[in-house]
Amino acid sequence: MWLNVVWFALFVIIIAGYLIMDGFDLGVGILHPFLARNDEERRVFLNSIGPVWDGNEVWLVLGGGALFAAFPLVYASLFSGLYIAMMLVLLVLILRTVAIEFRSKRPSPAWRSFWDGVFFAASLGIALLLGVAFGNILDGLPIAADGYIRANLYDLLTPYALLVGVTTIFMLATHGAIYLSMKASGALLDRVKHWVPRLMIAFFALNTVLVGVTALVHETVSDRYWSQPWLVILPGAALLSVIVAWLMVRRQRYFVAFFFSAAMIAGLLISAAVGLYPNLLVSTLNSSYNLTIFNAASQPNTLTVMLIMALIGMPFVLLYTAGVYYIFRGRVQIGPNSY
Amino acid sequence: MDSLLLSRVQFALTASFHFIYPPLSMGLGLLLIIIGVNYLRTRDPKWRQLSFFWVKVYGLVFAVGVATGIVQEFEFGTNWPEYSRFVGNIFGSLLAAEGVFAFFLEGGFLGLMLFGGNRLGPRMWLLAIFMVAFGAHFSALWILMANSWMQTPAGYVVTQTPMGAQAFMTDFGATVFTPSFLPRLWHTWVASWMTGAALMLSVGAWFLLRVKQHAELGKATIRVALPVFVIFSILQVPLFGARQAENVTHNQPVKLAAMEGVWEDTACAPMTVVGWIDEANQTTYGIKIPCLLSFLAYGDINATVQGLHSFPADTWPPLQITFQAYHLMINLGMVFIGIGLLAAFFFFWGRRLWRSTFILWILVLTIFLTEVATIVGWWTAEFGRQPWIVWELLRTVDAGSPVLLGYQVLISNGMFILLYGILFVLFIFLLNEKIQHGPDSLESMEERPVNALPDTFREIFRRQARA
Repeated sequence: MWLNVVWFALFVIIIAGYLIMDGFDLGVGILHPFLARNDEERRVFLNSIGPVWDGNEVWLVLGGGALFAAFPLVYASLFSGLYIAMMLVLLVLILRTVAIEFRSKRPSPAWRSFWDGVFFAASLGIALLLGVAFGNILDGLPIAADGYIRANLYDLLTPYALLVGVTTIFMLATHGAIYLSMKASGALLDRVKHWVPRLMIAFFALNTVLVGVTALVHETVSDRYWSQPWLVILPGAALLSVIVAWLMVRRQRYFVAFFFSAAMIAGLLISAAVGLYPNLLVSTLNSSYNLTIFNAASQPNTLTVMLIMALIGMPFVLLYTAGVYYIFRGRVQIGPNSY
Repeated sequence: MDSLLLSRVQFALTASFHFIYPPLSMGLGLLLIIIGVNYLRTRDPKWRQLSFFWVKVYGLVFAVGVATGIVQEFEFGTNWPEYSRFVGNIFGSLLAAEGVFAFFLEGGFLGLMLFGGNRLGPRMWLLAIFMVAFGAHFSALWILMANSWMQTPAGYVVTQTPMGAQAFMTDFGATVFTPSFLPRLWHTWVASWMTGAALMLSVGAWFLLRVKQHAELGKATIRVALPVFVIFSILQVPLFGARQAENVTHNQPVKLAAMEGVWEDTACAPMTVVGWIDEANQTTYGIKIPCLLSFLAYGDINATVQGLHSFPADTWPPLQITFQAYHLMINLGMVFIGIGLLAAFFFFWGRRLWRSTFILWILVLTIFLTEVATIVGWWTAEFGRQPWIVWELLRTVDAGSPVLLGYQVLISNGMFILLYGILFVLFIFLLNEKIQHGPDSLESMEERPVNALPDTFREIFRRQARA
């Protein structure tokens, strides 16, 4: 049983890893039409994430694989039930990848502005769709006795899910702006710095509304906090991280601010996960149909083997990821090899 | 519309399109390592120039490969949830292992490979290239492991659960090293090296034919790629391919019968060179070499090869396509031996290769043939596995989604056809532009002289600090 809990925790960590690492890539994509004013500045945006975005996206691939292996029933139900939404996620993921790779391959302004548009729309789309999907998971889904979800795309677009989607967009845009303040220089840097606090305020406002609505309306998530109030330290820590990030931005200590921005993302995700526990997917039809970390999991054999592999593999991943970030540290300079 | 049939079409389409790219990533990766080693040994700037050029090509190939590969990972859940439930314990863990061990390696070091030329000295850059190429091969290893488990499942027990039957892992070692795993792995790796080498040969020959200012670089490219192509094409059919055929004979005999169009149990079974299966009359027409199949399958010309009639008809794969895909692959394999030997002969015959327009043109076109060969090879494996999705455990018709509606898969099929069509055109267009432009001069690529770049771990993490 402890293995199921460990894998739930690991899965949350992987998703947090994705939101933190690829989150700033998405934020950079969302911000770039608003902040970068010419080709040179757009390339600074693109190359700020150029050497690392592909590695960051692997967290999502790992999340998919971990879900498939550890909780196969959730993998099967969730992705088949959200079919059209998943196809849209795949579409925007593909579009973002090729937009980054293709954009600077040709000098033509029309070619470049087309891919700039695709890069923006795809980044925004990924953030929105992930947010809406997560909103639906918090909302609960119509899981039937056979474990399957019968819903169409329209059913998924509830006001609550859209609120989570928009909040996610602003969360990642803020995160991306803080990242950019370590990477941009000159007039672009001034513009980024100008925007960071404004984005933070917008996110903070949206997030406050979201937390309020969740606490009042979503018993499945908030019940645990009413029954075990000490857990409030988790969303409390997330809130504190926002404030520290804000203070660090004001002192222009962007690396520390970025660290706390990442802590905030992790804190919010963990708060939601603690609220859901031990459910992974909550059924709106009958709570006995809920898919939990116990009834939807793989056997202890598989979970043990996977845990060993994770313990062997992840230290290497963290080590060389850190090495790569170190080598590409500092502000972006455009060269002949750049995107 | 039938959502199951459309899901099959969609998976075949997306997997086939995706598989254009991974063999190139592996093959080009191997050859980029050779080029990098050549630079370290000789310090001849042409190798460095070629590294910059081929790394850019690699970036393009890799991007489309990654973009189309992510689709594969989620399609099991979206279109094949009954399959996902059945195999999650085993197949899922192999996919997850690919992520942790291999894909992170590729993704993490890709940035250093693409942009490292001006950040790292040649040794460290080569290390980054090696890590990416190693990651690509390692990635293929886990994927083939997972696919091999679908072909020859082992180390499991099928248990009834409230959510249907599930295969639980009983022996991790056995699920990993299934009987078909190693032959399939080597067969695929070697095919990938041939494909990568064919792309380099094609571009090198093109430089000699049409981009005269790069003729010398074209020769250097061919010198690296030709030996790889010749050696592996000679070994592929009689060694790696034959071992794979032997594995099919023992583990999936009905698949072998379909591949060769053998209807009755036959001693001294002939091998068909080209042919046609007449399903109505249950015969196979074609040019046949006597006893060769028995020899290849069992190492004995008198051995009996089991025919289709030894198996229930509802376990036969689709015959015609399995047969034709397999024979196209084999015949192309023979053609590659011919092309390789021809080019090698003209190379050793006083370097006449550089002037033989005809042979250079053949080399230009070989890449298309190798791509066709790798894809029909996959088709043989996957069409030949039908009607099973997991060999003799789960049928493909029972593996789909009970909640998927026909129009939804029609929409997603339309989306993939349109998107992949555009992607393919853009990929070819950009690749062509890159090739026509040729390698940039080193002066325009290098921001700092190569000697000033940090080339040991110590230099990267200590001295380079603000140097």
